[in-house]
Order: sequence, then C-alpha cells, then structure tokens
Amino acid sequence: MDLSFSPQELAFQAEVRAFISKALPKDIAARVADGSGPTRDDMHNWHAILNDKGWLGGTWPAAHGGCDWGPIKLHIFEEESALANAPRIVPFGLKMLAPVLMKFGSAAQQSELLPRILDGRDWWCQGYSEPGAGSDLASLKTRAERDGDHYIVNGQKTWTTYGQYANRIFCLVRTRSDGKPQAGISFLLIDLDTPGVEMRPIRLIEGGFEVNEVFFTDVRVPVANLVGAENDGWTIAKYLLGHERTNIAGTGFSVQALAQIKALARTVKRNGKPLIENPLFAARLAETEAELEAMKITNLRMLSKAAAGGQLGAEPSMLKIKGTVIRQSLNDLARRALGPAAAPFPSEDLDNLAITPPNHSHNAADYFNNRKISIYGGSNEIQRNILAKGMMTR
Amino acid sequence: MNFEQSDDRRMLSETLRRYLADSYEISHRNAVAYDAPFHDPTKWAELTELGLFYALVSEDRGGMGGHGFDIVTVFEELGRALCPEPVLGQLMAASLLTDADPLMAGTRYTLAIGESDAPYDLQDITTSCVNGRLTGRKSVVYGAPAAEILLVAARQNGKIALFEMPAENAEITGYGMIDGGPAGEVFFDDTPATLLLEDAENALQNAMDRGALALCAEALGAMEVVQDTLVDYLTTRKQFGQPLGAFQALQHRAIDVAIEIEQARSIVILAASADGTEAFAKRAAQAKHLVGKIARLVAEEAIQMHGGIGITWEYPLSHYAKRLVMIDHQLGDTDWHLERLMKGLAGGS
Repeated sequence: MDLSFSPQELAFQAEVRAFISKALPKDIAARVADGSGPTRDDMHNWHAILNDKGWLGGTWPAAHGGCDWGPIKLHIFEEESALANAPRIVPFGLKMLAPVLMKFGSAAQQSELLPRILDGRDWWCQGYSEPGAGSDLASLKTRAERDGDHYIVNGQKTWTTYGQYANRIFCLVRTRSDGKPQAGISFLLIDLDTPGVEMRPIRLIEGGFEVNEVFFTDVRVPVANLVGAENDGWTIAKYLLGHERTNIAGTGFSVQALAQIKALARTVKRNGKPLIENPLFAARLAETEAELEAMKITNLRMLSKAAAGGQLGAEPSMLKIKGTVIRQSLNDLARRALGPAAAPFPSEDLDNLAITPPNHSHNAADYFNNRKISIYGGSNEIQRNILAKGMMTR
Repeated sequence: MNFEQSDDRRMLSETLRRYLADSYEISHRNAVAYDAPFHDPTKWAELTELGLFYALVSEDRGGMGGHGFDIVTVFEELGRALCPEPVLGQLMAASLLTDADPLMAGTRYTLAIGESDAPYDLQDITTSCVNGRLTGRKSVVYGAPAAEILLVAARQNGKIALFEMPAENAEITGYGMIDGGPAGEVFFDDTPATLLLEDAENALQNAMDRGALALCAEALGAMEVVQDTLVDYLTTRKQFGQPLGAFQALQHRAIDVAIEIEQARSIVILAASADGTEAFAKRAAQAKHLVGKIARLVAEEAIQMHGGIGITWEYPLSHYAKRLVMIDHQLGDTDWHLERLMKGLAGGS
C-alpha cells in the first residue's frame, strides 16, 4: 500500500502549481477568492490562457488537440486549480459535449465544433432539464418534428447554467412519443441566435444570476445538427452524465475552503477569544476535517481504480453525496464563524466598511447558493437510488 | 393544564394575521425588504395604528401585554408573513424604558449592542462612555437605518451601562440584509448620550433574552409556512409518474421536519411561560439553541425536497429559508446559547 503520488505524478503536480501561480491573473484569483466572481470575461480569459498552454482540453485525446490526461492527472490539475483560486473550467463544451462529439459525432461535426470549443468561439450551454422533467429526465416534453431537412423545435428548458454567455445549446428533445419515454429522445445542437429561441434569466436565492430558462417556439434546426442517430439520445445523455460525474467530489474546493475557515476562525472573536479556541466550533471544524481527509482517500481509491482501467459502477454517486455534503458543511461553518457579520447583503459599497475580514463578505451567499450542489447533476436522492439499485440487484 | 391562548391574544393574532396577509403579501415584502430603506414606513404607521406596540408593553406602563406569550403571539405572525419591519428593536426597548409612551405611539427604537469582536456577549463590549460622550462602533445593528432613537450598551466606569440618544446624533451607514430588512454600522465619535441605566448588564441580558424568544417565535411562524409549502409541493409535484410524497424516502424526511417543528413550538411555549421568572434566562437559551438548529434543518430539508425551484428568488420558500437560517445570526447562535447552558450545568443549575 502506498498512498503517495508517483514521482511522475508529483512532477506533474509541481508543473501545474508553478504554471498556475505564474499564469493566473491576480485579479481573477482575487474575485474567485472573495466570492464576487469569476465574471464571464474571467472564465473566458482563463480558458484562453489554458488553451495556449495546451491544457484546456487536458483529458481530450491528442488527436483532438488534448493531452490524454488520465483521471489522476485531471484530479491533480483540478485540485491545484481550486487551491490557487482559479476559475473552474466551464464544463458544458469541454467536458460534456466534447466527449459526446468524439464518440457519437460525425467527422464533420468533430472537425467543425471541437476546435471552436477549445479556442472559445463557442460557449455551449446545456438543455436537459425542463420544468416537469428534473430528476425524472426521461419525461421531457420539448418536441422536435421533422420538416424536410429541418427539425421544428417547440418547448422549454430550464436550469441552463451560463446560458446568458452562451451562443449554442445542446438539447435533449423528443422526436417520437410512442414506446418507452427513453426511446424517443434525440440529441440536438441549436444555435441560440436562431429565430424563436428566447433566454430568460432565473434569479437565485442569494440574488445572483447564473441559470436561465430557454424557450423554443417553432425553432428551425438543420437535421445536420443531430448528434448520433435519431431517437438514440438517451444513450448519449447517459454517456454525457457519466462524464459529468468524474471529479465530482470537489475535494480541491473543500480543501481550500477548510484552510480559509481555519484562518478565519483565528481572526474572529467569540466570548473574548479567537473562535478557533471555542470548543464547540473547534469540534465541528475537526469533525469536518476528518470527514474530508477520509473522502480524499475514497476519491483517490476510486481514481486509482479508474486509472488502472477498472470499470467504475455506482461509486461516483457516493463521491457526489459525500463530496457535496462536506462542501455544504464547510459553507455552513464559514457562515456561522462570522456571526452577525454574515448577514449583510454583499455589495461593493460595503467592502470599505470591512464588516467581515477580507474575502468573507460572501460567506452566507455562498452557503445559500451552494444548496444547489446536492440538487444539480442528479440530486443526492437520485444518487442514492442509483446506489441502492446497484446494491440490491443480484 | 390548558394550552389554549387567551381570547385577547387569539384576537390579536387573528387581527395581525389578517392585516399582514392583506397588506404585506410576499411580493410586497420582497419589493421593500431588499431595497432602501429595507422596510415600509407606511406599513409601520399602519401597524402602529393597529396598536401592535401596546402588546409589547406591560399594563403598569400603559401597555396591554408585554408578557412572553404576547411576544410569541406578535412575532409568530410577523414570521408567518416574513415581515421585515424592525419590530425587534421595539420589543427589546419596551422592557428597558420607563416611559414607553413614544414607543407605543410608533417612534422607532433600536438597540445597539453587538460589536465586531463582541457579536453576542455583553462582557466584551468596548464602546465606551466618558463624560456623557460615546466613542466606538456597533456592527450589524438590526433596524439601525430606520431608527429614530438608539439605545446603546457601552462601558462606563468598568460597568456596562445603557444610554439613549436621537439616532441622528450617531453616524449610521445602513444596508440591507441577505434575508431582507434593514441593518447598519453605527459609529460614535465623542457623541453625546443620555444615561438611562448605570449598571445595565442584567436588564440588557433580559431584554436580549426576550428578543431571543421573539426570534424563536418568528422562526416558528416562518417554519409553519414552510411546512405547508412543503406538503403542498410533495403532494402535487409529480416525478416518475407519481407525487413526490409517494416516495417513502421523502415521507420520512418530511415527517422528521414536522416532528422538529413541534419541538420548536413546545420550547417556545416553555420559554414564554417562564418570562418574568428566575428560569427565564435558561429557558430562553434552550429555546434559541434548539430553534437555531431546527430552523436550519427545516430550511435545508425544505429546499432539498423542492429541488431547484427551492433556490430561486421567485419562489417564496427561498426567502423563508434565508430568514430561518439567518435568525441564528441574531442575539446568540445555537452554539453560543449551548455554551450558556453548559456553564449553567457546570454551575449546578
């Protein structure tokens, strides 16, 4: 048993750390650290910097301009990124659509679309969920009806993250309504500037805008925009969701959050002493740290299995549940540590009042916003269903 | 034994509920709670007309209530409506003022106690008074930008004393709260103030405990609404061809939420009944500790069982959830009150 990275992996870790510390603009890191960002431009610019380095499509095969990173290298990259307060890579084009195109797309789709994902000409968003089809994705109703060499699309998608920045959307649409619900679904690419597409922002609990509703009214989409075969979209959707679930534990975010809370608890006072000396708070912090240390190893055990070519079954569901619960516990501690100072609605006007220590004015907002992480990408209840199905079926 | 409210309190609660349902519906609430001045002065005037503040003042000072159960009656309704009017300051001032007439007539009072390094504890206050002049800073003072009169806790001759001043004498920077409503930073720089009480620690702690009881009742009212919302959602929202409420995994969680809300109701009743007795401080601490935990559980579980809709600004639940969580950041959080109880145990109580 050896819990450490190999010399090659350690060298890669050092290389990533050195690159990010040199290449990540300080103002972008500052906006990620204080919770006010990243902005659209921050994400776009960071993508461009990574693309110049050749790391944006790190997990892509070399044939498509990637570096063939396996799960361990990807983990190292993502953890170092989080620790350095780099913006998270926006996954929709790079980690969700791209693998789908590589496996199911035509040669023409691959050669046209993959380079545009890397160089930022296309910002993709996701059209999966609908108002009546959340956890129960297969009950989706958005229709695409064939009309010559076009589909006519009507319906509504929701929870479309960063839709306001995107120029294209990949959608699951219903191309047949008889048979099993899963059987009549197709995977369709739609330009957002096509007539009949309307994007409406959804404001979230803490006041921010990151998700949208998308309405389709008689939208004409070329049949050439179909990925894979008609009515074969469910296979593609499942494949895509499998990719969405790698690095699902978010350990880097949690490690970074834990370090910030420890520093915060040394700064703020309760009953005349630093909060870190408060036995109740210290106990909660120590408990969460133990949970996190265990989850880091669980994560590495599963990565190691995947790297050795083993087939991951339902294990990522465990990481999703544990990873999100731990991140939410950390958000909870970060909020509580501030006491009343967590309560003001964050705004730039308040920053000069220094009601909280630097980088902590968004703690309550982050806590509320991050209720989403146990809901999106298949809620933790759905993950438990997946796990139970795996465990109880013999 | 009788757990029925008196007729007077039942009438008060009905009147208030009707008024708030008619004139403080959630769309109006959200429109005023998140934009300066973060409450609605017109509604404040109407609440004054209704005689709301008489319910917070004892009969010997011309009021019509002021007991723990009156506090609970009023604040449970404010919580149901998620009302952002700064009534809490009014309540806490009511127990400290000898002359409560201006308060009952609607003059807005705010208590400025907590500081950045002393968020909950009176012992660690550093704002000081020398020769009738105050110097220091009070942080995240609820209601501050709406206040007409400030009651300030400050150190004088080694004791925590209580001072009064017109709010305009202090420098106040107001802002809104993440869960709506007004608060602000209050700065004193050699600011003249009138001494109300030379040795005010016990009186202030009692006022804060009554405030804590009010916050618990507010949370209870908000939790009742959240529970109704949750049951509605679970019985109407369908996924996989059946209502969410048909899934046993969710049924059990919804029932756990319901059980905890009953626990919250009971500890609020117990604390209210202890008002004016020796046991009140302990009961208030038990209530605030327990309600802090329960309110967070109810908020988190209700959101999770709703899914994405639960974290949208449009859906009222999100605002109830924020209030339920942020109540724990006022007048001592669940850990702070647990420590008080632990000290009590060590001291033999």
